[in-house]
Amino acid sequence: MSELRKVNVDGKEIEVPGHYTLMQACEEAGAEIPRFCYHERLSVAGNCRMCLVEWVGAPKPMASCAMSVNDLRPNRDGTPANIRTDSAVVKKAREGVMEFLLINHPLDCPICDQGGECDLQDQAVAYGRSHTRYDEVKRAVDEKNMGPLVKTNMTRCIQCTRCVRFITEVAGVEELGLVNRGENAEITTYLQANLTSELSGNVIDLCPVGALTSRPYAFNARPWELNKTESVDVMDAVGSNIRVDARGAEVMRILPRNHDDVNEEWISDKTRFVWDGLKRQRLDKPYVRENGMLREASWGEALGMVAERLKGDPERIAAIAGDLCDMESMKALKDLLGSLGVTSMDCRVDGAAIGGQGREGYIFNSRIAGIDEADAILLIGTNPRLEASIINARIRGAWLHGEAEIGVIGEAADLTYPYEHLGTGPADIAAFAGKRGGFAAKFKKAKWPMIIIGMGALARPDGAQVLRAAGELAAKCKVVREDWNGFNVLHTAAARVGGLDIGFIPSNGGKDVAGILKAASAGDIDTVYLLGADEIDMSALGKAFVIYQGSHGDAGAHRADVILPGAAYTEKDALYTNTEGRMQDGFRAVFPKGKAREDWAIIRALSDTVERTLPYDDLDALRATIRRPDAAAFDPAKLGKAGKVTAKPFVSPITDYYMTNPIARASATMAACAANAVGIAQAAE
Amino acid sequence: MTSASPCKKAIDEAYAAKLIGKNACGSGFDFDLYLHHGAGAYICGEETALLESLEGKKGQPRLKPPFPANAGLYGCPTTVNNVESIAVAPTILRRGAGWFAGFGRPGNTGTKVFCISGHVNMPCNVEEEMSIPLKTLIEKHAGGVIGGWDNLKAVIPGGSSVPCLPKDICDDVLMDFDALKEHKSGLGTAAVIVMDQSTDMVRAITRLAYFYKHESCGQCTPCREGTGWMWRVLTRMCEGKAEMAEIDMLLDVSQEIEGHTICALGDAAAWPVQGLIRHFRHEIEDKINTYRAGKSVHAVAAE
Repeated sequence: MSELRKVNVDGKEIEVPGHYTLMQACEEAGAEIPRFCYHERLSVAGNCRMCLVEWVGAPKPMASCAMSVNDLRPNRDGTPANIRTDSAVVKKAREGVMEFLLINHPLDCPICDQGGECDLQDQAVAYGRSHTRYDEVKRAVDEKNMGPLVKTNMTRCIQCTRCVRFITEVAGVEELGLVNRGENAEITTYLQANLTSELSGNVIDLCPVGALTSRPYAFNARPWELNKTESVDVMDAVGSNIRVDARGAEVMRILPRNHDDVNEEWISDKTRFVWDGLKRQRLDKPYVRENGMLREASWGEALGMVAERLKGDPERIAAIAGDLCDMESMKALKDLLGSLGVTSMDCRVDGAAIGGQGREGYIFNSRIAGIDEADAILLIGTNPRLEASIINARIRGAWLHGEAEIGVIGEAADLTYPYEHLGTGPADIAAFAGKRGGFAAKFKKAKWPMIIIGMGALARPDGAQVLRAAGELAAKCKVVREDWNGFNVLHTAAARVGGLDIGFIPSNGGKDVAGILKAASAGDIDTVYLLGADEIDMSALGKAFVIYQGSHGDAGAHRADVILPGAAYTEKDALYTNTEGRMQDGFRAVFPKGKAREDWAIIRALSDTVERTLPYDDLDALRATIRRPDAAAFDPAKLGKAGKVTAKPFVSPITDYYMTNPIARASATMAACAANAVGIAQAAE
Repeated sequence: MTSASPCKKAIDEAYAAKLIGKNACGSGFDFDLYLHHGAGAYICGEETALLESLEGKKGQPRLKPPFPANAGLYGCPTTVNNVESIAVAPTILRRGAGWFAGFGRPGNTGTKVFCISGHVNMPCNVEEEMSIPLKTLIEKHAGGVIGGWDNLKAVIPGGSSVPCLPKDICDDVLMDFDALKEHKSGLGTAAVIVMDQSTDMVRAITRLAYFYKHESCGQCTPCREGTGWMWRVLTRMCEGKAEMAEIDMLLDVSQEIEGHTICALGDAAAWPVQGLIRHFRHEIEDKINTYRAGKSVHAVAAE
């Protein structure tokens, strides 16, 4: 921290750190500074000139976003420099810049999607003149193609270059640029190719005008018509904070919410654009299978059939909780099945060898914000760009702005930052410990070393042994210390850590997912309760009676004998725990579709029918029973199991980023993105 | 390219003579000299845009501070110098600073390379003493104004970016920083553009406005939008197709550009227009009146 400097803003003397920009200092003093190109999380461009302030005595007004307090000289008499944000000079400068921005802006606000949430609109009202003096012909700019997500209307562009800086700096793909010069300057992708970043949708939020808008949301709603609900995303295990905008019963769009420790203010494209999947393939009433065909049923009938099955031999009953489940429903199902004596239940749909060994063995211990501090990051069996785009951007940030170096054991994918590729399979973890030079040397000497191990390394038959190898490496390289725990498990599913925290794992000789599937195909298990579980091999369920509770007609519903329609994540108040073990509240934005109900309530009703009534009548009472596992001593070297590892290389569990869950698979937007990604991949070959 | 080739040849010769390179002139000091081609954009003459260009980026000026002396080429401290400054250095070293400071008036000492073009009998480049009277400069080195001094209409004393001066000021103005500043113009690059009575001032300045519109890098708002605006208004004014009130509006627009941009190109675009309105407002008014009267505006302008 630099030392404090005094500065006089509009006659008010304040003391601010010397590295503050004038804009920050002015805001500290309570003065509002208009801006377009400046953005807290991007580099300073200083090109919009809207933030000009007067430094009394200087010949010209200063761009307050680019000038630091340290650059100010005190007045001749030694008093602090005078900055004015309310003088005639500043007013004229702002009016002038505003006028220049508007002369070539089409002023088509009535047909612009940005209308009502447009920086240009707001600031024109606040700082502009009431009339125009421009009589010439306005400039028109050709539309640019940027892919299925970002709609362009480049005539509205004010060349602030926020989008260019975001795509270059944060997303890490140099795909946007300002071409030509002078008044012919245009923002475009190279040869109008589609954006390939998983974070491309953020340019829509960043654009201060209506030049870049959401293509799927185009002309659908006005911001003031929408009910805004602050919630949490479930597309990946990051738990991005989102705002769900709904009109009536429909989710119209999803926007990011600022949370510095989780997603800053970015969200991935899947998070942002999956909302049309909430309108398709929905399970809106209970179904039962009769003569091989599903037919509509009443809740009473469906619950009755399920209760009948659950009253059977608990040894022959199993349950699997899927990737999008909230904690309450998993807790309720665990309590219900537990009271019936069922032991075969699992939330690790992908078969990851984690859980049951203390909480620090399966969470992202350093926390996501800890990435900012890390100086050496070893990625094992993970492609964070696909598995958790937000975390990948954070790693890129640590590389770009900090001193972090990155090593990868696993697939050599394009992660948007350079890394040292240290091998592809489990044996390379042990080999890394013996390596000298390069990244290995840096990692061993690092002050804040970090290991991020993904499901590509853990969700495989030798996952437990891989976990042990990684744990041993962590212990050897002092990744886990009293003041730092850099042993991080990166999950791919929003429900996973919550499920593990609750203990939705087999107990007392119960079977895990692989065991359940094996037993089901062998006929040893004849009832399987799928709580939103779609990512398993349904053909392995054999002749078992399948109960599917969930929101979308996906693989599970197709195989089901009884369907209990549940609520999607935007339709219930629910708790989710993200990969770093942070429990967050999701809130209901719209009601569940048709006869569908909130998931915990379905299980609560089922418990009545089974005559094992669960001891909670409302959500608060249920939540009171959810407890984080007690902290225990953590020794990474004892994680997993000792044993031989195979030579099979690590493969990221995500092959198609846009199609990872039932909601995404129901989304036309995601389908377009997936098709587009395939096209790009083919073109690259 | 034509000026670069001899330059490259000279560098090669200097290397061959061991005047530069490793242990230059036996001084124990290593000195390397590289010649780098730009692509010719006007804005790349601005020192930070030049650095951007040198780094292989788009030629757009950087924000200052930090100045190149602190963070320049590839983030390293950099001194950016004009060839003219470097060229005069050996003579100063040889003959002493006192000798060099003996030229010119106090505060405006030394010599300057003047480039005299336009309506003179012998356009030329000449190194002269600072503070030389403009009239002397033109008559001594450029063979005088075509048609005699009385045929002079205006002079742009410091390159296209500074305001023009009408003949009555040119009669006795000295060519140095202070004298020209007094008359709200500037020495700039000392590229003297002489215009005689045949010049249509409005069209001349419009051509300059077009140049600045064309060369604006497009980075910051006032220059990107304002240069085009001024050019368009001036283009109409050339034909007289404007309102009287637009002259003041044009002046106001030029003042909104001036001082509000990242680099000086905005100022450079604004000043000629301000000079035009300051000294030749009547010419714009004449054109507007002529157009309104239904006559051809070109009748008076035989360029």
